[in-house]
Amino acid sequence: MRYAMAVDTKKCVGCSDCVVACQTENNVPIGYCRDWVVEVMDGTYPQLEIELRSERCNHCENAPCVRCCPTGASHIVDGGIVLVTPNKCIGCGACIASCPYDARYPHPKGYVDKCTFCIHRVNQGMKPACVAVCPTKCMYFGDLDDPNSEVSVVLKKRKYKTLIPEAGTKPHLYFLI
Amino acid sequence: MNEELIISGRENLMVDPHLHIWHWPIPLYLFLGGLAAGVLFFAALYYLMGKENEYRSAVRRVPFIAPIALVIGLAALFYDLRHKAFFWQLYTTIRIESPMSWGAWTLLVITTASFIWCALHIREFFPNWDWKYNWLKELETFFSKYKKQLAWVMLIFAIITGVYTGILLSAFNARPLWNTSVLGPLFLASGLSAGAAAIVLASKNREERLLFTKIDLIILGVELFLIVHMFMGFLASTQVQIEAAGLFLGGEYTMVFWIFVVVIGIIIPGVLDLMELRGRHIPAIIPGVLVLFGSLMFRFVFVFAGQVSRWLY
Repeated sequence: MRYAMAVDTKKCVGCSDCVVACQTENNVPIGYCRDWVVEVMDGTYPQLEIELRSERCNHCENAPCVRCCPTGASHIVDGGIVLVTPNKCIGCGACIASCPYDARYPHPKGYVDKCTFCIHRVNQGMKPACVAVCPTKCMYFGDLDDPNSEVSVVLKKRKYKTLIPEAGTKPHLYFLI
Repeated sequence: MNEELIISGRENLMVDPHLHIWHWPIPLYLFLGGLAAGVLFFAALYYLMGKENEYRSAVRRVPFIAPIALVIGLAALFYDLRHKAFFWQLYTTIRIESPMSWGAWTLLVITTASFIWCALHIREFFPNWDWKYNWLKELETFFSKYKKQLAWVMLIFAIITGVYTGILLSAFNARPLWNTSVLGPLFLASGLSAGAAAIVLASKNREERLLFTKIDLIILGVELFLIVHMFMGFLASTQVQIEAAGLFLGGEYTMVFWIFVVVIGIIIPGVLDLMELRGRHIPAIIPGVLVLFGSLMFRFVFVFAGQVSRWLY
């Protein structure tokens, strides 16, 4: 099983509902976020092109944060989801410094926190909060090993990219372009 | 024009607008760790070469800096942890992929070895020292018997500590400035030069001072060579590393790097060392303090600049 997410940059309107849904679902401390929306503007007026991306932890297959973690608090569980065990984390910041996507932050309680792909929901057969709440339905979540999953189907049909593949991280967050 | 904005607003503390997770304790520790590694390396080396009496300061006296530096360094590291109550988790596992993990174990070994080494030489400073308890006296006899083995442990673990302080940074994929394996030898060289400078500062024996001035000069040369090497590597690499090097080549850290680290920390003390060796009398305190200062600045500049450097996207 390899969980992945695909975000349609053509459908995303940048409303940030995914960000608020995540903060509510996961009790993210005020002032922090586990996901965020990036707007990239290219060209000069009137030839402008906008790309909107809802970003979060890429749940990399070759995760630098997991490799750098001195205690094993950062680890990959079945399904390829990268998680942090708070009571094993010493808060040294190595994983934060090693993430090319800046997807992690120090939780005010001391340990490092990040997107979990809403594993508590996924294990119950639900979609991650950000996916479930998206008003334009621009996000797809599922198992890459299942050819009929939402995410496999859409990745077969559409062109896509990942972020900074040259960092060698093998990300599991795809952007449909 | 290409403009990239986080429109949902992201102001994660210590991560945005650019990473600043590591403050002064980390570079301070990297300096103290490197200094201790340098000091212990020379002590063990000259002891094993049988020069204990010729180079008395290097073998017997200066190593007292090491446990002090290591304890302050470890305290700084501990202070920097944000989940302090769980620090013991470091010692429940060894993860080869994580330099921080095996570095923590290395620190345990080298700190213990440095304390034992100093205990064996305590009479250097307190001639009438008495251990009071019998078991302490027995321990002293035990370690005196295995002093040679202890010196080998110190020698090897000093090198590992020196390299680890650099590898620690180069293991982080996300920071192009750190992402070069030259940092290992460069940090080791910087630590050794700091160690040699400390011996020059402390020694009262002219012959010993001259030897370590010579060693210091050679290591400063190696450091300069490695710095040039590092920039060559960066400039021949990908765009992100070219931009990382740019922080020192016209970017915001240019002045502080070239003036404090290279000119004041390497070139000036190098020239002064050379003058000393040519027979001019240079007060040992000047090159010694400059080398130590340069070594400290090198860590500060590198840790701070590295956190600014990032992958573009």
